[in-house]
Amino acid sequence: MIKVENITYSYSRSAGKVLDDVGFELERGQCLAVLGNNGAGKSTLLKCIDRICHTEGASVTIDGQDVFKMNGSIMAQNIAYVPQNAEGANMTVFDTVLLGRKPYIKWDVSSYDREIVSDILQKMGLEEFALRNVSELSGGEAQKVMLARALAQEPKLLLLDEPTSNLDPYNQHEMLHVIRDIARERNIAVMIIIHDLNLAMRHCDRFLFIKDAKVFSFGGVETVNPETIESVYGLRVDIIEHRGIRIIVPY
Amino acid sequence: MTKRSTEQIRLYGEFIRRKRLALLFSLLITLLASLYAVGVGSINIPFSELIRTLIGKGDSLSQTAIINIRLPRVVAAILVGAALASAGAVMQCVLRNPLASASTLGVSQGAAFGAAVGIVVFGGGVVNSATATSAITINNPYIVTVCAFVCGSISSIVIIAISQIKKNIGPGGLILAGVALSSLFSGGSTLLQYFTDDTKLGAIVFWTFGNLGSASWRDLLILALVLAAALIYFMFNRWNYNAMESGADTAKSLGVNTRSVMLVSMGICSVLSAVAVSFVGIISFVGLVAPHIMRRFTGNDYRFLVPGSAVAGALLLVLADTFGRSVVAPVILPIGALTAFLGAPMFLFLLFKGVKNT
Repeated sequence: MIKVENITYSYSRSAGKVLDDVGFELERGQCLAVLGNNGAGKSTLLKCIDRICHTEGASVTIDGQDVFKMNGSIMAQNIAYVPQNAEGANMTVFDTVLLGRKPYIKWDVSSYDREIVSDILQKMGLEEFALRNVSELSGGEAQKVMLARALAQEPKLLLLDEPTSNLDPYNQHEMLHVIRDIARERNIAVMIIIHDLNLAMRHCDRFLFIKDAKVFSFGGVETVNPETIESVYGLRVDIIEHRGIRIIVPY
Repeated sequence: MTKRSTEQIRLYGEFIRRKRLALLFSLLITLLASLYAVGVGSINIPFSELIRTLIGKGDSLSQTAIINIRLPRVVAAILVGAALASAGAVMQCVLRNPLASASTLGVSQGAAFGAAVGIVVFGGGVVNSATATSAITINNPYIVTVCAFVCGSISSIVIIAISQIKKNIGPGGLILAGVALSSLFSGGSTLLQYFTDDTKLGAIVFWTFGNLGSASWRDLLILALVLAAALIYFMFNRWNYNAMESGADTAKSLGVNTRSVMLVSMGICSVLSAVAVSFVGIISFVGLVAPHIMRRFTGNDYRFLVPGSAVAGALLLVLADTFGRSVVAPVILPIGALTAFLGAPMFLFLLFKGVKNT
């Protein structure tokens, strides 16, 4: 189980709080959509959990182990993070994904590391690009490579900042399918920042709405309702059912 | 493991083997070029005599020319080239700036000013007449190196501070800061020259051209030890550098303490550049050019880029020095000017190609 408590953060002393006492719990294998307006503090929340932004008095535990007390490599074996618009270095796809094994590599790469990378490349449909430079790939393919790199870390918690932002509708669905399948198969908890509420409802099990730096609502699919959406986004919507799938329609 | 997976791992293994072979090949070329460089000079020494001398069986004339004059010069080219180029590759990574090197960030100029202070003010060296072979004899390399390191580090500290405070400064902005620092230290050197006598003035000016012939075996031993320690540190951090190439947030999420790696790496690059500069003067652009040449073969994979840049830097400086010694022999062209001729077009090319604002 992943337990996040009391995350409070501001970028400077004079600036207001970006996050104020944010907390929630998530089971392994669950997929959490982090939702809210632009500038609501969603990306900062992921960075605080991954210790990229330093928070005082907060606590993040994974299966009872305090993330803030782990050394860098152990933390990276527990949490993987893919930033928004993640850059690939001037390296091949195989080498970029191999970078995900960094927390495990002592001096040189083991055959186990290479096997893990190869399996993930196959799972993500990237094996044909293995020896191509990441900079030669399309935005969507590069985004898949970054996700593959994060999966190579074999984390217990996966943090994804807008992983579908560069993808066409087909690839958005495919990417989220892959993420959900892998999360269930490998018992990984996933937190995804996403703006498309329909995609979120389709692929995630838990929903965290952030408004004015605080948790506005947190829970299952019932949390995504017209009242919450209007309060958080100022957008009036209807939720209709089509072929058994709930769809949000603004009006 | 599936059959496709096994095939993919085999292909990747071959890809890595090719990179290792390329590295070994460039090392072999460097050794051959060095051997050729030892044989070239005002006294023509046949290859067989050269080999006999190197294994200690040559005549006294060859022994003097090779062991006392040419070999230290070629070894200096190898060590200084390797030092400046590996430092350049690492600076480019930790500052996320493709234009970074000791000479473009003002570290070399700072170190040169410090070394000049060490020699003239603190008496770390004896100033001779401005001759091609020995403008300055350093009799206390420690004080000269420490002075060079202190002043070279001032540039590093200012550059690190600027890159941390103004995070959106971009590669061009940092280079402008390097230009400002270079001007500052050049101003300091000018003042030093203004208040010194004519002989010292000529000698210091000559020394700042870069002179591989000025390093003694003792200086080279110090440089070799510092270079070996730095390369060990760089190689221990090669995966950290690979992670940092993917962006600071990705590197942190992979468990890299980016701030500490950057600070320690820059400190080591400053020591390495300062030691090299304090023994042979300013040699520009090798630290910029060699890593970019090597990137063509290894990409940004620091497992290969660090040793590759060291080898490319050594080869570049051996070739430049051999050219400088042989093209209008017996006159020896200043090595600093030759590397600038090579580096400046490369610098302009990188600017023209456009560098990412990181």
